[in-house]
Amino acid sequence: MSESLTCDVVVVGAGVVGAATALYAARAGLDTVVVDRGPVAGGTTGAGEGNLLVSDKEPGPELELALLSARLWAGLAREGLGEAVEYEAKGGVVVAGTDRALTGLEKFAAEQRAAGVEAVPVPPDRLTDLEPCLAPGLAGGMHYPQDAQVMPALAAAHLLRASKARVRTGQEVTGVLRGPDGAVRGVRTDRGDLHAPAVVNAAGTWGGELAARAGVLLPVRPRRGFVLVTEPLPPRIRHKVYAADYVADVASDSAALQTSPVVEGTPAGPVLIGASRERVGFDRSLSLPALRALAAGAIALFPFLSGVRALRTYAGFRPYLPDHLPAIGPDARVPGLFHACGHEGAGIGLATGTGHLIAQALTGRTPDLDLVPFRPDRFTKEAE
Amino acid sequence: MRTDLVVIGAGPAGLAAALAASARGVRVALVDAAAQTGGQFYRQPAAGLGAGRPEALHHQWRTWERLRDGLAAGPVRVLTEHHVWCVERTSDGFTVHALLGPEQEEPVEVHAHAVLLATGGYEHVLPFPGWTLPGVVTAGGAQAMLKGGLVVPGHRAVVAGSGPLLLPVATGLAAAGVEVAALVESTDPGRLARHAPALAGKLPEGAGHAAGLLRHRVPVLTRHTVVRAHGDDRLTGVTVAALDADGRVRPGTARHLPCDTLAVGHGMLPHTDLAETLGCRLDGLTVAVDTEQRTDVPGVWAAGEATGIGGAALALAEGHIAGCSAAAHLYGTAPDPAPAALKARAKLRRSAAALDAACAPPVHWPEHLTDDTVVCRCEEVTAGSVREALDLGAGDERTVKLLTRAGMGWCQGRMCGTAIAGLAGRAPTPAKRPFARPVPLGVLARQHPQEGQS
Repeated sequence: MSESLTCDVVVVGAGVVGAATALYAARAGLDTVVVDRGPVAGGTTGAGEGNLLVSDKEPGPELELALLSARLWAGLAREGLGEAVEYEAKGGVVVAGTDRALTGLEKFAAEQRAAGVEAVPVPPDRLTDLEPCLAPGLAGGMHYPQDAQVMPALAAAHLLRASKARVRTGQEVTGVLRGPDGAVRGVRTDRGDLHAPAVVNAAGTWGGELAARAGVLLPVRPRRGFVLVTEPLPPRIRHKVYAADYVADVASDSAALQTSPVVEGTPAGPVLIGASRERVGFDRSLSLPALRALAAGAIALFPFLSGVRALRTYAGFRPYLPDHLPAIGPDARVPGLFHACGHEGAGIGLATGTGHLIAQALTGRTPDLDLVPFRPDRFTKEAE
Repeated sequence: MRTDLVVIGAGPAGLAAALAASARGVRVALVDAAAQTGGQFYRQPAAGLGAGRPEALHHQWRTWERLRDGLAAGPVRVLTEHHVWCVERTSDGFTVHALLGPEQEEPVEVHAHAVLLATGGYEHVLPFPGWTLPGVVTAGGAQAMLKGGLVVPGHRAVVAGSGPLLLPVATGLAAAGVEVAALVESTDPGRLARHAPALAGKLPEGAGHAAGLLRHRVPVLTRHTVVRAHGDDRLTGVTVAALDADGRVRPGTARHLPCDTLAVGHGMLPHTDLAETLGCRLDGLTVAVDTEQRTDVPGVWAAGEATGIGGAALALAEGHIAGCSAAAHLYGTAPDPAPAALKARAKLRRSAAALDAACAPPVHWPEHLTDDTVVCRCEEVTAGSVREALDLGAGDERTVKLLTRAGMGWCQGRMCGTAIAGLAGRAPTPAKRPFARPVPLGVLARQHPQEGQS
């Protein structure tokens, strides 16, 4: 079946970033088509935990995007999408095992507070008020009320539905159509052309390849992560709980395996344990060393987990760029091409802000945040 | 412990493989989750039941005696109640990770140079309205109750579904004193007849069961299906209806059969979790093997139902061939399987393929599912929720799972995977289950090097 259609904007990618982009673009009055070679939430979105975190971000452009996104997620939840996407404003608790880690955490939190983050110190004897099952002997912690959670696949599906955009799944973009002046005219797919003056690259880990099909460099790379999923349990873990070392791992540039546990309950009952990070390309094969480290880290935080069974585990690939910031906004090299990818492990959380900024850029309004740090053309071949 | 070859699964394929390799001088460990060897096919009554004539429930009892005695006389290390949750590739071979049963809390590792997967199959059941009522059991479950517990599941039974297992279940129940109200087979006998030459080897066995049906006056309804099971808190009867040539229910043919037991099954599915995690190539839903039963991962063999559903006799032949090949490769010699095994494998694979082609669930079975029919029993996901997810943009089994949790529970989709695929209008694909069974986090953590040091 081959056909051709015309619209205002083609969003490539039916993950959560593409879905949020479609939602805000449609709300800005644009006739939007979303196209994905796989199903809805078939890539990194489907492998995510649904973290909407401000707690793990240092002051800077990513934190500003996270704060904007958190406000937008809360707004969508208030509009009535909250239940459908399992939105929970549960807050995060970061714990420090040693006095040294606690000092680092306090310094980090002080900087975040100056940037608008709510961070409430929790003395060691009050930690169990927040999390009754935490291990004894921790040095202290920090409560981040703005951290929240959604179920990522449901979020993508329901944002897409709310956008009323036309969604073409199982349709692969094989090329980006350009006019004589070099400007974007749409995309070519394996099932016909989609004509539009604007194309948004929300293709996640595949974003680099899509950029290449438009003739530009965008060095998106995969960083593998495993998540362990336990048997369903009655609610015993109330917040997103993680150790202070997590922040260092997220920011790290190392290719080697790093694990720092992020532990959280879900409305459905299972506890999710993330988050390993390693750069191994798109290798999905099971890594028992990563899972052992995750389990050990989670039990160090919550000793009761030792007797709890892991039912399954899955790997996902975080799409990252060399400076660990996403690419958001128009591509100066190709008029009409926009990027919304490279969010690494924070794409669920940053999706709403990203979609909102892209919609502003698409309609010629001044974006709420300065897009310069997210410029898609900031990488040169040598910088890789 | 360390050994040359670890055989996983002590059913017909695993037993034949272990004996063949051991006879050629290989140190073999034979690992199985059950308390006794034999697998599902040679399932034995629990010792405490003091069965006088267990052979009455089996055919091929003499084959079992030969295997059992061979195992007792030889040096194969038999490790029962070992629940394998993962096989890991290591620098010098493989580590089989198991949990000791029945609690499945204590870990144990078996290190080997080679692995032979004889993991068997499990029963395939498709949902229908009422299938979760007490009194509805799987055909294999009914047979296991007879063979393992010497109990019968009820007084008046209907046996339904498709595939070659239904016949022995119906005759077994009838012989044990259960009134079998009907054997309801969705397959058109004409389709079987078209495959008659390939099925010739199966004829004596089939004829034996058919005679049993006749003797016990079991009515046989072919090209029929169960469309609903009835009852409030337990099964009181089923509605059956005739199917047309396209596999749709023919209007006006529905009738009610009172019964307290429905034994239902749609054939078998292969257990491929361990193979998949090892990285072995799958061919559809089965582990792909070459003529020596080697997978494409060096050092890994597979035999029996895991490589294609074909019954115990085929599993024995494949197991033997695989065991010979593993021994040859461990010793750098040429494989020497018995020519009879090669011949039997060729013949039995042909008849298995013919049976598979002939026996299929009604094509349009998803149409019988009412929106309130539970499809995923672990997570209590209904057909209506699955349809809603399809409407939300899920086109395949994985996305339905993400949007509904269908297949995320204790059985990890073993029960509902094909049903979800069917509702999505897709062919079933093998699920990824890195943990072949649930594993305590404490077991994982204890293997973490830093944990070990502290």
